[in-house]
Amino acid sequence: MLKMTPLNQAHRDMNAKMVDFGGWDMPLHYGSQLDEHHKVRQDAGMFDVSHMLPVDVKGNDVRGFLRQLVANNVDKLTVSGKALYSCMLTPQGGIIDDLIIYFLSEDWFRIVVNAGTADKDLAWMLKQRDALAPSLEITPRRDLAMVAVQGPNARAKVWQVIPNSQAATEELKPFQSAIVGDYFIARTGYTGEDGFEIMLPAANATAFWNALCDARVAPAGLGARDTLRLEAGMNLYGQDMDETQNPLESGLAWTVDLKSERDFIGKQALLDTKVAQQLVGLVLIDRGVLRGHQEVIGEKDGVEYKGEITSGGFSPTMNQSIALARIPVQIAVGDEVSVVVRDKKLRAKVVKYPFVRNGKVLV
Amino acid sequence: MSIPTNLKYSKSHEWVKSEADGTVTVGITHHAQELLGDMVFLELPDVGRKLKQKEECAVAESVKAAADVYSPISGEVIEVNSPLVDEPGKINEDAYSAWLFKMKPSNPAEIDAMLDAAAYTELVENEDH
Repeated sequence: MLKMTPLNQAHRDMNAKMVDFGGWDMPLHYGSQLDEHHKVRQDAGMFDVSHMLPVDVKGNDVRGFLRQLVANNVDKLTVSGKALYSCMLTPQGGIIDDLIIYFLSEDWFRIVVNAGTADKDLAWMLKQRDALAPSLEITPRRDLAMVAVQGPNARAKVWQVIPNSQAATEELKPFQSAIVGDYFIARTGYTGEDGFEIMLPAANATAFWNALCDARVAPAGLGARDTLRLEAGMNLYGQDMDETQNPLESGLAWTVDLKSERDFIGKQALLDTKVAQQLVGLVLIDRGVLRGHQEVIGEKDGVEYKGEITSGGFSPTMNQSIALARIPVQIAVGDEVSVVVRDKKLRAKVVKYPFVRNGKVLV
Repeated sequence: MSIPTNLKYSKSHEWVKSEADGTVTVGITHHAQELLGDMVFLELPDVGRKLKQKEECAVAESVKAAADVYSPISGEVIEVNSPLVDEPGKINEDAYSAWLFKMKPSNPAEIDAMLDAAAYTELVENEDH
């Protein structure tokens, strides 16, 4: 039996094509994935992301616990409502999950984790809590729904639907959030566009979704979500990284704080790591479509190398194929690589990602 | 969308139209494009290539996946729909007018043995359940 979000019926009412996404019955698209993609880049779209799990951590010195639990440094969070992207690591430095931590007060932080990893994340957090800070209360919030409204007009549309939220949220900078009545509104997202991610009581989710629809926010499915995040150069857990990979070789070194004195789970392993791989962007030169798991091959300074595409697809904004690939660190931006696609070797150029941000192509 | 009765169908979701001059036109069905989603890339066979029935002869890629197209019958490729390569989305708009290639059949009996609209409708309905 697939798990359903509070918006399941709303998706079906909108004729969504539903798919099994890690055990969740989720909308892939509502007709055309390409149209949904363009709508988000050019206007506003909305995604049901209620399959992701908010986890509240409450009690005395939550900050002290999170300093040890995650690889980024929660001491960067000084203003209430501020958010931080981080990885949670195994002692060996493998990535258990990537997540966002919201600082609400010294005795209340909220962590949002991926759907597919939610159970294992929660078990890991509870285990670490028991060892490091047994007095803390950790509560999964399946009673909340989450809707991402994304695109250049997304915020204005949200203010149209929740007028009393405007005053509290219009000054929010990226990665800041505010609580307005029943709504938790964060200026975050997974598309490379402006917008909000909004948590609200599950019982109100359908009314909110329909009101956004009336405000001409286009429903967008997991298909568009994937092409948008790929263009935005954002990692997808399970594809671009997992427990067998560390953040330093997954394009996530910027999320790891190795400078501060504090110890965190996985820190020593990262300090001992000799970084041999990197995550790069690829733009396909030849005709075709790059896909995950295709082999990347080439020669650099007379030495043959191999790598692998971790995420690939067609970029609707660029109208050509792009990918993220894990290849040896010796290969530089501007180099040309070959990708094995069926029986052919296609040429691709190594680029620095993101590929697209705020509607503009950057590569 | 109704399934045209003037065409024949393969189990792998290609359609075939018999032309007056004895050649056939080949495409993929509405159901196939629906399964694949928005089409973004096409690779068509070379003109002059001799195909066996069920041989992989083209690739249709959507935002979601790559799908092989199989030759519904044996014969020689005599023309390909080159403009379609630049506008693969036309397949999503109307799968039965966005043809992929034309063939000169080497064994016309193979066409007769293909599914008619009623049999193909049944195949698609069984797949949906």
